[in-house]
Amino acid sequence: MRLVRPLLGALGLIALWYLAVGAKVVDPALLPPPHAAAIALWKGMQGGKLYFDFLKTVQRTAYAIALASALAIPLGIVLGSSEKVYRSVEFVIDFFRSTPASAMFPLFLVIFGVGDRTKVYVAAFGAALVILFNVAYGVMNARKTRILAAKVMGASRWRVMRDVVLLESLPQTFVGLRSGVSLALVIVIVAEMFIGSTDGLGQRVFEAQQLFEMPDMYAAIFAAGALGYGLNLLFLLVEKRFVHWAGK
Amino acid sequence: MPQTHCLPCAPNGAAPEAAHITVRGLYKDFGGTVVYAGFDLDIPRGRFITVFGPNGCGKSTLINIIAGLIPHDRGRILFGGKGLAQTKIGYVFQNYREALFPWMSAFANIAYPLRLMRLARGERVDRVERLLAHLGVSIDLKLYPYQMSGGQQQLVSILRALVVEPEVLFLDEPFSALDYEMSLFMRDWLQRIFAETKTTTVLVSHDLEEAVYLADYVLLLSRRPARVADYRRVALPRPRGEAIFADPSYIEQKRHCLEVFQREVRAK
Repeated sequence: MRLVRPLLGALGLIALWYLAVGAKVVDPALLPPPHAAAIALWKGMQGGKLYFDFLKTVQRTAYAIALASALAIPLGIVLGSSEKVYRSVEFVIDFFRSTPASAMFPLFLVIFGVGDRTKVYVAAFGAALVILFNVAYGVMNARKTRILAAKVMGASRWRVMRDVVLLESLPQTFVGLRSGVSLALVIVIVAEMFIGSTDGLGQRVFEAQQLFEMPDMYAAIFAAGALGYGLNLLFLLVEKRFVHWAGK
Repeated sequence: MPQTHCLPCAPNGAAPEAAHITVRGLYKDFGGTVVYAGFDLDIPRGRFITVFGPNGCGKSTLINIIAGLIPHDRGRILFGGKGLAQTKIGYVFQNYREALFPWMSAFANIAYPLRLMRLARGERVDRVERLLAHLGVSIDLKLYPYQMSGGQQQLVSILRALVVEPEVLFLDEPFSALDYEMSLFMRDWLQRIFAETKTTTVLVSHDLEEAVYLADYVLLLSRRPARVADYRRVALPRPRGEAIFADPSYIEQKRHCLEVFQREVRAK
């Protein structure tokens, strides 16, 4: 029973779906039965176009998060290590963090053109602000006692930073990375739908809808869901491994 | 270095002893609240001093200033004539949970100050093992702090302070976050360490029973700005055990300290 319980919700949803199909609640053209979507998903991921688009989206998201981390983590550490400096840029960070990144598409298109880079850059922009904010707070909220403990043992400012503050900020950094990767995925998919794309999961969903290939559209949606879930899980596992002390 | 005897800041009721730490003309102001105004104190070498006083009088502030954790406005603090930078000290915080490094194993925590001294790994292992053997402690050094009980964590904190063989050991209410049973155990363990190492020890306490039990000298502070209200020798023999709680001279010492304390609390 304990092994089955986590699956109950998913099974329930599938049962509900079959019921809806059977009772013709929705137009059958819009809602194919679950097995049709499953078959489309299976076929698509077996070297079909869906698999190729899936990899494209993974690649863009990975580039975006790598770029965002490379910029935001060092900058977050610098800003966070001086509360005065952070306070003076806090408004700018919060403002752009609250601005929907999709509103930046036209601007990025003008600057970087319609190429692949633009999608990665917009996603990186959105993710970077979330990561920056979390890293800076992680550094600022490092336990004062721990810093004092290192100082009283004779640690230099640099050693305090390296041995204490950086590690103290890691749990919060991971919170930022996880939110950042979710956001980057959202932005990449939206960008793939609307800014001159020929591939990617977003484009796949959009194209299937345009061609009225409903099982394919559901398959692409589930592939995107699985990707988002998987990325979050991956970061959680990495966090558990490297930040074993978090929350204890 | 002239010996400073018979000052009001030196312990009374005892033959004068050579000072290890001298505090002269200490002045400390916390945003308008004067905590110390011209405070003098002598701490004798190789003795166990406990600091007790009314709430908020600046007990912890005193050891934090002496240990260099917080700056002072005026005054001079010397360790056998040397400054703090030339003196090895150990400091134990009240909140072990926030003072230990949770990303390091117990061993790495204890050995951290040795790493700061740039000792090689082999030597660090040696020093930690020697310390543990010397003090008769057996704990699993591979565990992380969050895998240990509160008492074990504070034990690790104290070992971390001792591993550099400090000249002075400071402890800020080290047992107040532990349950009573554990604090009794730790008290006796600390007493044994003191007997072994004879390190000058300054312990801030909020528990008078503990303060008198552990001390060679009890330093009683007044309300703010803090003065030395009394600085009493506790000449009871060591090692002290539970039996001492029934000892008339222990009871008398405690009663006297309580009297001074209550006088200071009521003052003003």
